[in-house]
Amino acid sequence: MSKNKLLARLFFTMLKIGLFTFGGGYAMIALLENEFVSEKKWIDHDEFMDMVAIAESTPGPIAINAATWIGHRMAGFFGSLVATLGMCIPSITVIFVISLFFEAFLSLRVVAAAFRGIQVAVIFLIFSAGLRMLRKMKKTPFTVTVLAVTAVGMLCCSLLAIEISALYYILAGGLLGVGGYVCTAWRAQKGNHRQVNARKGDGNDLS
Amino acid sequence: MIYLELFLSFLKIGAVSFGGGYGMIAMIREVVLQNGWMTEAELLNFIAVAESTPGPIAVNMATFVGANEAGLGGALLATLGVVLPSFVVILVIAALIRNLLRLGGVRAFLGGLRPVIVGLILATAVTMLLGKLLTVSHIGDTPVPDLAALLILLILTAAFFAFKKWRGKPLSPILTILLAGALGIAFYL
Repeated sequence: MSKNKLLARLFFTMLKIGLFTFGGGYAMIALLENEFVSEKKWIDHDEFMDMVAIAESTPGPIAINAATWIGHRMAGFFGSLVATLGMCIPSITVIFVISLFFEAFLSLRVVAAAFRGIQVAVIFLIFSAGLRMLRKMKKTPFTVTVLAVTAVGMLCCSLLAIEISALYYILAGGLLGVGGYVCTAWRAQKGNHRQVNARKGDGNDLS
Repeated sequence: MIYLELFLSFLKIGAVSFGGGYGMIAMIREVVLQNGWMTEAELLNFIAVAESTPGPIAVNMATFVGANEAGLGGALLATLGVVLPSFVVILVIAALIRNLLRLGGVRAFLGGLRPVIVGLILATAVTMLLGKLLTVSHIGDTPVPDLAALLILLILTAAFFAFKKWRGKPLSPILTILLAGALGIAFYL
């Protein structure tokens, strides 16, 4: 397949996925797997699973991460550019058109009433997303403490109208993780030294 | 300069939104409320639209907020901002450091950050809930209970569990939103 044709196919495949998947993230992963692994066999299953793990642990929307990765894998830098664009264009178009009419739409009394109900649904959805992540999280004293401190801290700050950006919580969490890692590595190293020394001691006794 | 503000704000959101979908909710709420771009109720309306239209929620939100503040240019810049960190990080991993995520330090960083994201999502949900059910956003606000909202919440929760029992999977977000819309018309009109 010529390079241009490959780029075009990548673009249109992503465009299609961007246009027809609702609910973001995981729904898209399923569709991407269907397209690129099962149908077109452009990527094998193991590599795809690696890609999903990477898309999940890097910042940004999972679908965009996946599109960029697949695009790069298939056709280098331009592949990733074309794939990411394809993924974004349907969103931008649909939402932009909606944004033109949204205010007029909301000024209808029925719609306004519906949206007052829908606001509750959104809070419910955010809550259940949080609880789902909580269930999946590996629970150690460290993670539970960090979670509790973040949640309580954030809640108190917003009730007391103190503005501490979520950014700082995120950075602090990451740094604490690194701190813990460095401490464990350091202690393990010290432990090794002690073991080595003890073994040397044994050897001396024997001689 | 609204264009620059939109771009930079969403660049920041894109760079620290881990965990997909709602991982960015705390940041996005903070940015739009602090800039006075929208009220909490408007934000919730926008999330509902972003959730029920195709495409990644973060991209939908960025386009929506951008378009609302500064038209097409705003929509494009905000979206560019939210996508750019993803794009760059993935390219760096794919092209240069395939093993970046296997490095102990990087994994430890992500491990420390994950519980924070969960905590932020839960705290944001509770804050929003207090605002919606009691119209309390700060200590000292006189609570004005919204009984209809409480009733809708109870019905949604019941529907969620009933559907799970009946179908073996949770009620989809779009169905949840539709149900709540119908209840909203029934209670608020």
